Amino acid sequence: MNLPACTALIAEDEILLAESLRQELSRLWPALEVVAMAGHGQEAVDQALRQQPDICFLDIRMPGLSGLEAAAALAEDWPSEGTPFPLLVFITAYDQYALQAFEHAAVDYVLKPVQPERLAQTCERLRKALLARQAEQPAPALLQNTVDQLRQLLSAGGLANNISRPEPLRLLQVSIGQTIQMVPVDEVLYFEAADKYVRVLTRNKEHLVRISLRELLPQLDSQRFWQVHRSVVVRADAIDRAVRDESGRLTLHLHGSPDTLNVSRLYAPLFKGM
Amino acid sequence: MIIAGITGFMSLLLTLQTPDAFGRNWQRTQNQWLYCLCVTLGCSAMIQLLAQACTVLINLRRTRQGLETQGWPGWPLMLLCLLLGTLLGYSLGIELGNVLTGRNEPGLFHVNLRSAAGMLGVSLLPGLALTIYFVGKGQVEAALTQAQTAQRLAAENQLRLLESQLEPHMLFNTLANLRVLIGMDAARAQSMLDHLIAFLRATLNASRSGSHPLREEFARLRDYLALMQVRMGSRLQPQLDLPAELAELPVPPLLLQPLVENAIKHGLEPAIAGGLLQISARREDDQLILEVLDHGVGLSAAKPSTETEGTHFGLHQVRARLATQFGPAAGLSLQALDAPEHGTRARIHLPLPPPNRL
Repeated sequence: MNLPACTALIAEDEILLAESLRQELSRLWPALEVVAMAGHGQEAVDQALRQQPDICFLDIRMPGLSGLEAAAALAEDWPSEGTPFPLLVFITAYDQYALQAFEHAAVDYVLKPVQPERLAQTCERLRKALLARQAEQPAPALLQNTVDQLRQLLSAGGLANNISRPEPLRLLQVSIGQTIQMVPVDEVLYFEAADKYVRVLTRNKEHLVRISLRELLPQLDSQRFWQVHRSVVVRADAIDRAVRDESGRLTLHLHGSPDTLNVSRLYAPLFKGM
Repeated sequence: MIIAGITGFMSLLLTLQTPDAFGRNWQRTQNQWLYCLCVTLGCSAMIQLLAQACTVLINLRRTRQGLETQGWPGWPLMLLCLLLGTLLGYSLGIELGNVLTGRNEPGLFHVNLRSAAGMLGVSLLPGLALTIYFVGKGQVEAALTQAQTAQRLAAENQLRLLESQLEPHMLFNTLANLRVLIGMDAARAQSMLDHLIAFLRATLNASRSGSHPLREEFARLRDYLALMQVRMGSRLQPQLDLPAELAELPVPPLLLQPLVENAIKHGLEPAIAGGLLQISARREDDQLILEVLDHGVGLSAAKPSTETEGTHFGLHQVRARLATQFGPAAGLSLQALDAPEHGTRARIHLPLPPPNRL
């Protein structure tokens, strides 16, 4: 195997488990250098973007962003030029995400407690994938593959929400000091996540509501409100046109607002054209 | 099969009833048998026909009303079917016999009332007996199915309870940590294993015993928290407060467990920095107040995802146990802490026994 030194990131909130995975990996694959250890999802995304490792081991259940959400965020923000998107390996104690979805896939998974034989298998698979990548350089295709799979996994995780979903929200109640402003969702152009708040943009006003986008999203009618980025949900009727630039990036132009919105690669397949 | 049964039974009865059944006159006996056969055939066919028709009609009505269908028309209608069926069947049987033998036996309507009633009564008997038999059998089967369904539901519930207590995510993560510790720090691994054993034993015993002292409850929570602390490190800061005078009070076993689990799972685990977890018992007038308070991400910030389903089951289970044991005198409330504090407070109140018995 003529693999040059490879790098990896480990994201696991439990210190003992993170450390043991690192030791186990160094025993099974001495040439693999663990360049970053992250204790929560957001840290994993930041570190991965900074260090650009070849492989990311992501625990699924982490504080802040879950492993899947971190992977999705990473897929959205990964630069299209330069280092290819990392190979992903999810770690989980219990297959709450119907792990058959991971079988024979660009993304791999291991169950906790991590069995050395299983981890050795994973390492073998990763080595092969890295070699293949080196030979052909099919980075964009791989990224697209991973993105497709992540989308499937995320929607599989969200599926249970749809079943017990209450009536979609019609009216937003926005507190402004002592008043509560009623904002019909029909008037909203788009929602944008801002830390623990959501910015609500209408044709001529901007509001701030104390709710996270993650909480708000299940309350919206998914037919009428489309998530186009992990931090942006747009009312479909408010979209005037989607424009693709030379690098393949999609930008949305809206009716009644000069704002433009970027569509992340995760959600690009929403816009197909007839 | 039913028809054959009725036929055989009835032939026997009718034959025995007739004078000199196996008597000298063979020709006569043969005719008797033939008539018997015809009458029973007629009766059973008519009864079956009527009963089936009634059942179909009733079920049509019941489906329209959204009720469950049933296998027979019910007693009043069935009796009517039996009477009418026997009446019609008897006449039909005699007519059939007449055609076959060429004789001219008088039908029910051509003999005097008394002998007709006698004939009818005797013919009714086997039909009645068989109906009772089949209805009884049906009822036994229905009861059996019902019992089986109840048993299955109870088993499913038990399994869900156990699964919620032995949350697989917690269990496998704990084992993963244990596996690491064995190689790194054997003494710590041993103590972790002891906590796990105590926790598992308590969980498996909880459904069997009705109550244990509050001090025992707190000890089991300590086991659980010790396990979680190995995993979460300084992100979990537990504080337990049990006044000595309350330590011996009986409480349902592992009543607080689901609340502590929720506080960790939905409050502290999702919080990047973790936080304080306070578990306390105190007396308020004639009530015992048990409180689980976490300074985690808070109720509203908890993920609106599949994971919340577990919470509902946990809370539901606590409420159900309180209701069975104490009725409306006990309860569980859940409250988000007001800003600037963040977190969730779960509070159980239950009636205390009178002070002199303490």
